[in-house]
Formats: sequence, C-alpha cells, structure tokens
Amino acid sequence: MSTLTEAPPPLTPTAPEKKPPRKRGRLVPYWLLLPGILWLLVFFALPMIYQASTSVQTGSLEEGYKVTWHFATYWDALSEYYPQFLRSVLYAGSATILCLVLGYPLAYLIAFRAGRWRNLIMILVIAPFFTSFLIRTLAWKTILADGGPVVGALNTLHVLDVTSWLGMTEGDRVLATPLAVVCGLTYNFLPFMVLPLYTSLERIDPRLHEAANDLYAKPATVFRRVTFPLSMPGVVSGTLLTFIPAAGDYVNADLLGSTDTRMVGNVIQTQFLRILDYPTAAALSFILMAAILVMVTVYIRRSGTEDLV
Amino acid sequence: MTNDTSGDVRLSGIAKTYGSFTAVHPLDLTVPQGSFFALLGASGCGKTTTLRMIAGLEEPSAGTVHLGDQDVTALPPYKRPVNTVFQSYALFPHLDIFENVAFGLRRRGIKSVKKQVGDMLDLVQLGEQARKKPHQLSGGQQQRVAVARALINHPKVLLLDEPLGALDLKLRRQMQLELKRIQTEVGITFVHVTHDQEEAMTMADTVAVMNAGRVEQLGSPTDLYENPRTTFVANFLGTSNFIEAEVDTKSGDDIVLKAGGGKLVLPESRCAAATTTGGKVLVGVRPEKISLTHADDAGEIPEGRNRINGRITNSSFIGVSTQYVVDSAVCPDFEVYVQNVDRDTRLEPGADVVLHWSPAHTFGLDAAQDIDAGVEEGAAA
Amino acid sequence: MTFVNWLKRNLVVIAGLLTLAYLLLPNVVVTVFSFNNPKGRFNYEWQEFSTAAWQDPCGVSDLCGSLSLSLQIAFWATLGATLLGTMIAFALVRYRFRARGAVNSLIFLPMAMPEVVMAASLLTLFLNMGAQLGFWTILIAHIMFCLSFVVTAVKARVMSMDPRLEQAAQDLYAGPVQTFLRVTLPIAAPGIAAGALLAFALSFDDFIITNFNAGSTVTFPMFVWGSAQRGTPVQINVIGTAMFVIAVLFVLASMVISNRRTKQKA
Repeated sequence: MSTLTEAPPPLTPTAPEKKPPRKRGRLVPYWLLLPGILWLLVFFALPMIYQASTSVQTGSLEEGYKVTWHFATYWDALSEYYPQFLRSVLYAGSATILCLVLGYPLAYLIAFRAGRWRNLIMILVIAPFFTSFLIRTLAWKTILADGGPVVGALNTLHVLDVTSWLGMTEGDRVLATPLAVVCGLTYNFLPFMVLPLYTSLERIDPRLHEAANDLYAKPATVFRRVTFPLSMPGVVSGTLLTFIPAAGDYVNADLLGSTDTRMVGNVIQTQFLRILDYPTAAALSFILMAAILVMVTVYIRRSGTEDLV
Repeated sequence: MTNDTSGDVRLSGIAKTYGSFTAVHPLDLTVPQGSFFALLGASGCGKTTTLRMIAGLEEPSAGTVHLGDQDVTALPPYKRPVNTVFQSYALFPHLDIFENVAFGLRRRGIKSVKKQVGDMLDLVQLGEQARKKPHQLSGGQQQRVAVARALINHPKVLLLDEPLGALDLKLRRQMQLELKRIQTEVGITFVHVTHDQEEAMTMADTVAVMNAGRVEQLGSPTDLYENPRTTFVANFLGTSNFIEAEVDTKSGDDIVLKAGGGKLVLPESRCAAATTTGGKVLVGVRPEKISLTHADDAGEIPEGRNRINGRITNSSFIGVSTQYVVDSAVCPDFEVYVQNVDRDTRLEPGADVVLHWSPAHTFGLDAAQDIDAGVEEGAAA
Repeated sequence: MTFVNWLKRNLVVIAGLLTLAYLLLPNVVVTVFSFNNPKGRFNYEWQEFSTAAWQDPCGVSDLCGSLSLSLQIAFWATLGATLLGTMIAFALVRYRFRARGAVNSLIFLPMAMPEVVMAASLLTLFLNMGAQLGFWTILIAHIMFCLSFVVTAVKARVMSMDPRLEQAAQDLYAGPVQTFLRVTLPIAAPGIAAGALLAFALSFDDFIITNFNAGSTVTFPMFVWGSAQRGTPVQINVIGTAMFVIAVLFVLASMVISNRRTKQKA
C-alpha cells in the first residue's frame, strides 16, 4: 500500500543534506557566446575605441598622428560641417516620415486585405533586395531624368512649382536636388519600414476590429483607437530601421544629388578615403554616432516600447 | 498486488525550492509496482514539479528518488527507465508519427523497429496514420501517439502530466477509460498528474491530494471522498456542507455535539479533530447524503438520524436530481441534492423543511481551519 | 455613389498597391534597360532594343570577377555569421549567465549604428594594426555586421520552440548531443535558414562598409559604384535583372514544392 508521512520541516537537520548539484555544464553558455562575442568586441567595440582615440590625435599623414587630446577637432568639424549634419537629419527624417506614410497602407494590405495574394506581394517586397541597391538607385537617374515623363507630369501638375518654392527642387529639374535624394532614401529603406509594420499588424487578431465595430467605432476610429496603437512596436522599429541607415547614407546623396545635397556620410567618406584627414573623419563619425544613440534612446523611452526588431 | 518491487517509486524527503519559494515541501511517498497513482491538486500545488523530479527533468533540492532498489536521483532523464506523456504531448513536429514512436527505440540503438512500432500503433489504433505529421492529427489521436511513444520503451514507470487537459469533455471520458484499459493490460506503474478530481477518481487506485507543496491526504478515491481529513480535501473533491459544533458528550463509539440548540451525532472514527468536551469541531456532510422532508411530515423521520430545521431559499432542477439551497440556523446555505424519484411538489422555495442524514455519513474536521479552503480551486478544476 | 463607396472601402488597397508600384518601378527600369543599346558610356537614356548584353554578360572587364568575389565573400560570411550567431542565440534563449544585458547591447548596437560609422572605425582599427586591406578584411567586416541579424532571426525561432520537446527527447533516451542533433537543430532550422539568407543578402549587397575596408579589391557593388562614375555598362542591368528573376523563381519553386508536399500528405 502507499505510505505517506510528512517529513519534518526543513529547519530540523533530519532533512537530507543538499547534495552537490550534478554538473550540467555551467560553462556551456560561455563557450557558446565566446567566439561571436569576441568577434564583436574585437571588430565592433574595439574599433570604436580606436576611433575615439583617433579623433583626439593631431599630426599629419607623413609624420604620423599622436594622441594630444585635441578636442578642438570636434568643434572645428561641427562648425565647418553643421550644414551637412542638419541636412542628414532633415533628409533622413523626411524619408522616414514618407516611408511610414507610404509603407503603412502596403503593410496593412498584406496583413489584412491580400488574401491569397499575400505571399506573392511579400515576395515582391523582398525580391528587389536581390538586385544590387546601387543598380536600383541608378535606375532613379533614368526615372527622374530631365525632360522625362515623371518630371513632365510633375511640371504639368505644378508640383514642381510648390517644391521649388519650398527649396526642394530647382527650376524644371528633379535630379540633383534634395527631392531626388529624399526620394532615393525613401525608396531604399521602404522595405525596412514595411516588414516590421507587417509583422506587428499580422499579430493583431482581426476579431479586435470586429469587436471595435460592434462597439460603435467607425472605420477611422477603429484605426485610430485599435489598429494603430497595437502596431506601435512595428512603427517604432520601422522608423528606427529607416532613420538610422538613412542618416548615415551617402550613396543616394552622391548618385542622385549634387554638391549642395551632401550629407554627413559624404563628408566622412571623403575625409577618410580621399583627403585622409583621419582625426576630422573620426570626430565626425563619433558625433554622428553619439547623436543617433541619443535620438534613439530618447525615442525608445518616449514611445515606451521594449521589444525592438 | 505482486511482490515484485522493481517498479516501485520511492520518494524520500524530496523537496524543491526556487530561491525563497518552496514548490514542494519535504515529502515521503511510495507508489507500489503496478498501481495507478494520481497526484491531484490545483495549478501551482507542486504536483507537476514532483512528477518532473521523478522523470529527472527537475533536480530535487533535497531528498532521493528510488526506482525499485536503484537510487536514480543523480541520473539524467535519458538514463532513467521512466517515460513521460507530456502536457500538450510535445510530439516532435518535424518527424512523422512512425518516427515519433520509434524515437526512444532508435536512441537505445535498436535497429529493426518496424514491427514493434507497427504493433504499438495498432494498439492505439493509429496504424493508418503512421506517415502523417503530428499537426495533421486530431487532439485525441495526438494524445494516443504520445502514449504509444512512451509505452513502446516498456518503462518501469509511466508518468502522465495532465495528459487529457487539451481534450474536450467527451473525448476525455473516452480516453480515461482507454488509459485505464492500457494500464491494466501492460501492468506497469502509472503516475498521473491532474487537476481534474473526477479524472483522478475515475482512473486511479490511489490519489494524493496536494496543496501548496504538501500532500494533504492520500488514499483510495472512495476513502478521500467519504472521509476527508481537511476542509481543502472536502471542498476540492466535490461539495461539502459544514456546521460549527461543540463537543458535548461521548457515548460509546460516537461523539455527541451541540450545534444551534440541536444535537448531532458523529462516529469517533470519522473525526479528524481532537474531541475534548467543549472543544470546537467542524461537522461535514455531503449534499447527496441528506434527505429533505417537508416540515409537516417531520414525524415520519426515523429516530437516530441527524436533523436540522431550515427553509428552502432556492431550487434548481437538473434532470437526474434537484439541487436545493436551504437556510438554517447553523449554516446559511446548506446544499442538498435530491434524486428525482418521487418529487414532493411542496418542496418549493419558502417551504419549511427538515434536513436529516445518517450519522455514518457525517465527518468531523478540525475547526481551526478555513472553511472555504479548496472551494475555488475545486470549482476551477 | 456606389463608386465613391467602393473607393472608400478600397482606399487602403489602392494606396498599398501604389507603394508596391513605387518599390518595383526601378526594377522594371533596370530590366527594360538591360535590353538597351546606349550611345555613350552611360546607360540612362533609351536608344534602341538590343540583346547584345544578354548574350555576353561577362563582356565587360572585371565585372564577372567582381561578381564571383562577392559571391565567395557572401558565402563565407554567411557561414561564419550563421555559425557564431546561432551559438549566441542558443546561449541567450536557453541559458542563464552573467552579463546578459551587456551581451544583448553588444548584439543590438551594430544594428543601431549607421554603416558609415562602423565602416570608418573598423578602417581605423585595420590601419592601426597595419592590416593588409582586401578579401580578409572584407570578410571580417561582413561577418561582424551580419552576426546581429542572424542572432535576431534564430533567437525568435528558438524562443517560440516548446522546451518540452527537448525534455521529451531526453525522456526518450536521447543524450544532450542526440537531443540537439535530432530535435533542437531540425526544429530551429527554419530560423537558422532565415538568418543565413538574410546574412547572404546583406553581405552580397553591402557597399558602404566594403568600400572603406576593401583596399583595391573590387566587389560587385563596388564595381557598380565605380561604373557610376566612369560609365555604366548594360551588363550590370543584365546581372541585376537575372538575380531578381532567379530569386523570385527560387522562392516560387520552393513554395510550390512545399504546397504540393502538404497536399500529398494530407
């Protein structure tokens, strides 16, 4: 028969002594982490430190550089290149907003309205990735070419009058203007907005829409009160994934813009690879990094979203 | 029961703590070879932790686990002759049914598994489905695969962790009988964890009711139901009515108690509390043991029965029986279930009635405990 | 009236399709212009139909060499990043260890950093170490920035995996190694595949970090960049188009196969 007696409470020493726990490889996680983390420490974190040190060095290419704690480089870089910094924030910000406005309907369409076309549309969103983004960006040169159908149509509709009044275009041209750069940035980073948006929209139970309808909400109210708030994680990670690379980009400004549309990425690239002024380049890159980290932190705090990407 | 003890499960002083939280208090328990043993309790009572310590999936903080004469406390799960039917089955989604069932055999290096797996699938009536993936089967079929996958290894003990929780009521009933049949057929020890008191009572020979990391009471299902030793067990298994009473005198094997001016009789053997004169005792009685007689016919009630006067406040007809709620001086909402054999049409809300039952159906509990312990857990189960 | 109502109901569909068109327009242009026969050095204006470039895709010097280099780097970078990233993902999901927060930040930061910053700082390191810029520095850089994306993809999959599956395997006499090979790995495979695919695409198409750390080595994106300054051969459109078509066909084929498989089994 089954027997049962309550053992004495654990205070008394009759309870069996705790055995040494059997070894279940307490070191396993560290071995798993070691190679990857080492890689990131050596090739991601360490370079940041090198760069920080480079930014406060003085000297010349011929005589070599020494750490002299010359913080004036930062001040000089900022005072000389603040227009490029402002431009980066402005262009990347506009592109991010455009991506959100354009990307949301597409993500919504895939999540709720596409039905059996869902997979096909998903493929079409992702597939352009496989054509090098540089080739696709060059295609915008053709699309926005002077005297081409797009510019012609914008001209007829007097859109160009408005944009040139806003300082975004010049005369009859779109190419080599801020508008072309923003258009290219928007295009390049749109999938990074659509995919996270889709992921968070897809998680929404469609019955919530029906419940909201049932509780006297009009379609617009349903969107404002239910759909949009629930898609916030997607909005936050989408805007970050768009804004961050856009702010550091120099390809669009170079291929579609002019010398008047240079962004901070262009300056860093030129300083580093052509002028070989390493301290200035390092300082600029550090300022960009710091600015973005501050913006991202504030943004994440304010939007109150924990689960990113 | 056989004298073979190689399938005994013996837990000695076994305990589990997570930081400052004690999931299982030190506990001694022996499950004899060949029995169908149920650990019954609400979620978080420690029953699953106990099961997982037997399986080796959880390391005990103290104590030992023996299978027969072998101390398996330090053995990892894959070296224990014990198999588990997991909650929600944990069938491998990337393998088909055949490979799921063959998994354990293959890991033990058995090459020709075809015949064994085929026989096993036939036993659980899934021979046709061998090449399907788990997600293509219904809940009941998946459950049978999980049982087959464990049983094919001829374990000394089969552990079942809420194996029927995901099934609907009808299928659950069917599978309860099916599992019971398989257990009788293969004759190995089953340890079954469940929160469903009906399931435990239908299937197990022995039930241990667990609450807050301790075993409250252990015994056969009838024993637990008819003679609960704590209010938790009384409430968790079915419904109980309680009357607070005071010990008056003892006469022979019976205790006479005072309650609200009346007297109640309780066999001393059915009392789990100390019975000093003047001491308090909770008198309990199950709703279906009580007879209901209209006050006008009170004279017809035989002598020697416990009686309480009251007034019906509510009645609900549920087919086989009618459930009444009766207000009385000693208990505001006495529940009474009456079989619908000869319905007395006078028993309507507002009618004065006499409740009476045999002293042999009365049980006595320590009054120093919560009368409602286990009520919510029982209702949720 | 009915038309207005229809428009109202399908506004979001129309807007979504317009965005899709915006996304696909450049690919259409790339494809059309792969059949162009431009007059000058640049392939930006339509002249006349020609299949010359399609018949001779490697007809421009260095183009196919750079393509093959890019494929090689993408292959090794994918292998390295997938291996290291999967290990980290398992450690993060399955084990408790110290400094978890620090590890998580180290994984997150490369994704929250503009490429140009990583590119510039990595070049500083290589210059300071006196490393020879080329294949190896590119590979190191690519593994570095692909790693985080693999971790994210694999982590998501492993997290959604029922831990009871591994316990069931252990219960059925599979030791730790067997459990990992027979149960964990096959179930985590889609996540690992997704991470690997992402790593391949990121590495193959990377320009900014490569441009800083390649020295005189030329990958395919760098070839395109260079040709944007010197003159764009039609062949780059041919390759761009071919890659797009291959990718779409590949995905469609795998979808058809998996569809058929589930239908047969059901």
